[in-house]
Amino acid sequence: MSPESVYKKYPKNEASSLIAMLQDIQEIHGYLPEDDIIRVAKHAGVPTSRVFGVATFYNQFRLTPLGKHVIRVCRGTACHVKGSLDILQTLEAELGIKAGETTKDLLFTIETVACIGACSIAPVMVIDGKYYGGLTGKSVYKLINEYKSKE
Amino acid sequence: MNIKINNNAYWANPGETILQVTQREGIKIPTLCYMSDLTPTGACRICVVEIETGQLVPACAFPVYNGMEVQTNSKKVRRSRKSIIELLIANHPQDCLVCVRNGNCDLQDLAAEYGVRSYRYVGEKRSGKLDLASPAVERDPEKCILCGRCVRMCHEVQNVGAIDFVNRGFYSQVSPAMDRSLNTTACVYCGQCVVACPVGALREKSYLKVAWEAINDPEIHVIAQVAPAVRVAIGEEFGLPPGTITIGKIPAALRRIGVNEIFDTNFAADLTIMEEANELIERIQSGGKLPLFTSCSPGWIKYVEHFYPELLEYVSTCKSPQGMQGAMIKSYYAKKTGLDPKKIFVLSIMPCTAKKFEAGRPELSVSHTDPDVDVVLSTREFARMLKIAGIDFNRMPEEGFDDPLGESTGAGVIFGASGGVLEAALRTAHYMITGKDMDQIDFTSVRGLQGVKESSIKIGNATLKVAAVSGLHNIDRFLEEVRNGNSEYHFIEVMACPGGCINGGGQPLPSSPEKIKKRMEAIYEIDRSLPKRCSHYNDSVKALYDNFLGKPGSKKSHELLHTHYMKRESI
Repeated sequence: MSPESVYKKYPKNEASSLIAMLQDIQEIHGYLPEDDIIRVAKHAGVPTSRVFGVATFYNQFRLTPLGKHVIRVCRGTACHVKGSLDILQTLEAELGIKAGETTKDLLFTIETVACIGACSIAPVMVIDGKYYGGLTGKSVYKLINEYKSKE
Repeated sequence: MNIKINNNAYWANPGETILQVTQREGIKIPTLCYMSDLTPTGACRICVVEIETGQLVPACAFPVYNGMEVQTNSKKVRRSRKSIIELLIANHPQDCLVCVRNGNCDLQDLAAEYGVRSYRYVGEKRSGKLDLASPAVERDPEKCILCGRCVRMCHEVQNVGAIDFVNRGFYSQVSPAMDRSLNTTACVYCGQCVVACPVGALREKSYLKVAWEAINDPEIHVIAQVAPAVRVAIGEEFGLPPGTITIGKIPAALRRIGVNEIFDTNFAADLTIMEEANELIERIQSGGKLPLFTSCSPGWIKYVEHFYPELLEYVSTCKSPQGMQGAMIKSYYAKKTGLDPKKIFVLSIMPCTAKKFEAGRPELSVSHTDPDVDVVLSTREFARMLKIAGIDFNRMPEEGFDDPLGESTGAGVIFGASGGVLEAALRTAHYMITGKDMDQIDFTSVRGLQGVKESSIKIGNATLKVAAVSGLHNIDRFLEEVRNGNSEYHFIEVMACPGGCINGGGQPLPSSPEKIKKRMEAIYEIDRSLPKRCSHYNDSVKALYDNFLGKPGSKKSHELLHTHYMKRESI
């Protein structure tokens, strides 16, 4: 789908299609670029501030592009007890970004998940859909540097 | 419907909220996020009352039903309200002593009323960056209590939508889109958000320091000009009843703090009428763009520039009275007295925050380098200035404005209220067309606090259809008509703030509909009391045309008193 087709698909000045439009735009770009937020506002006939309010309210919307590798760190109860904070902090230090952010070179994004559903191998993280369990700070350090060296 | 409030029986109408009934019956329930006439949100919960089931409900949003029993002052209610206040101040910077709203803050008042004596909850506080970039309105998100009054004002009343709630939960904030500063949005600087804000999260940018520096500099000749709506409102800052007329005290106070000369913006309002009435007649006679929209409200001008730039040629090219007065001081008056315009400092005292932006517009400069108006103070800032200077305002004698830009008529003063510019212009347009005054000078059908007032008037053999509109959401239908080419109007006055400048963003706080009504009555009282009530009888204006400008609409008038506008981005 192209951005143009999104704007064609929804009627003008119809505020009720705001969320659906934002979802379609994000589907195309992987996030909501600023120019599209402005354009969606004009199309739906609502102030830009309102579109931005909606985009920042819902967790599903991103305002920054996703990295090539998306790292999801489980911060659920079991993982927390098994030291997932250490995993997260190691990643943040190694990549120089905070959870929710993407590295400047657009290679890595760190996200946290409340429970990823793999408590038996806690603490867990998922990189591009691949599960890594029983992690320690040291093993995460090694793993992430392997990813880095492949790039 | 029969309901009981505090065990007493009352009548209530279906669809009414508990708060509407209690306000009618004189039973006090505290409110914070509530705004009469706007969508209730029940956001702050301070208006909770207990109903017969033992439930706590927000009175502002809860509809009455037959047989309802309400307690407004039960133990549970008192405890809840106090807890709500304690929770609000737990996430609020405790810097009341150095806050601009110290002494007139709704949150401070509530904490005092409910006897909050300690900071009971301590925890993480919201952080947010100060937005000081605009020339008129500042935002301090850390002080924000998320009541949403500014958001509803900006969206529902002003139809601008420059700010809204962003993020979620603890991280919620009121902010422009993309976390921009206000100066890069479509904010029109009307300042109605400042009037709506119960705390110090939104406030005018203060230029007091610049004003004092000019006054203290012996090399600088400081000339003040005072807008019409200031004289019916500033008394409130000094404990006088709303609507007290303090025309004479203002120049007296200004002289005592060291301002060299005091001119009246009402003079420039009369001048504006001469130019604008002439422009209206020219457009009617030559088949120019109609309707003609007035141009004295800088918030309205910025609104058209952002949202209807293709209609800018319908807007009068007349500068606002503030702009005209600045231009006349730095050209006519400087020439007349031999003063170097570079040594003249024009200090405007305005009921407005948008005037601060207007003064900085590069078009409003007769020298093309320095602004015609150097600094704009709001009514509130001016009151602060007088308090700092130890001026006992209420004991000031009645003094006059200085010549030659101080004389004014009743037509000038009514610029302060919605409908006034229209009425003043018709008084003079009638005279210009027919050579005689209207039989009835008072054109009452365009007076009052309604957002839209329409009328028609017969001048000579033509009937003009006119309207006075205030509160920007009311103007869209008129603009849409013009856009679609089916507008029947000849002349439309627009003021950004509901009710006009008397309810401007720079006026004393807190505001209330009763206060605005009193200020409006005072404006028309001044008009009635003046010997001259039409701009064309202002002798100083006549002298200005005879000695300097020629006639209304002359080449010189166009050069000095008219301006142009620009398209702006709408974000």
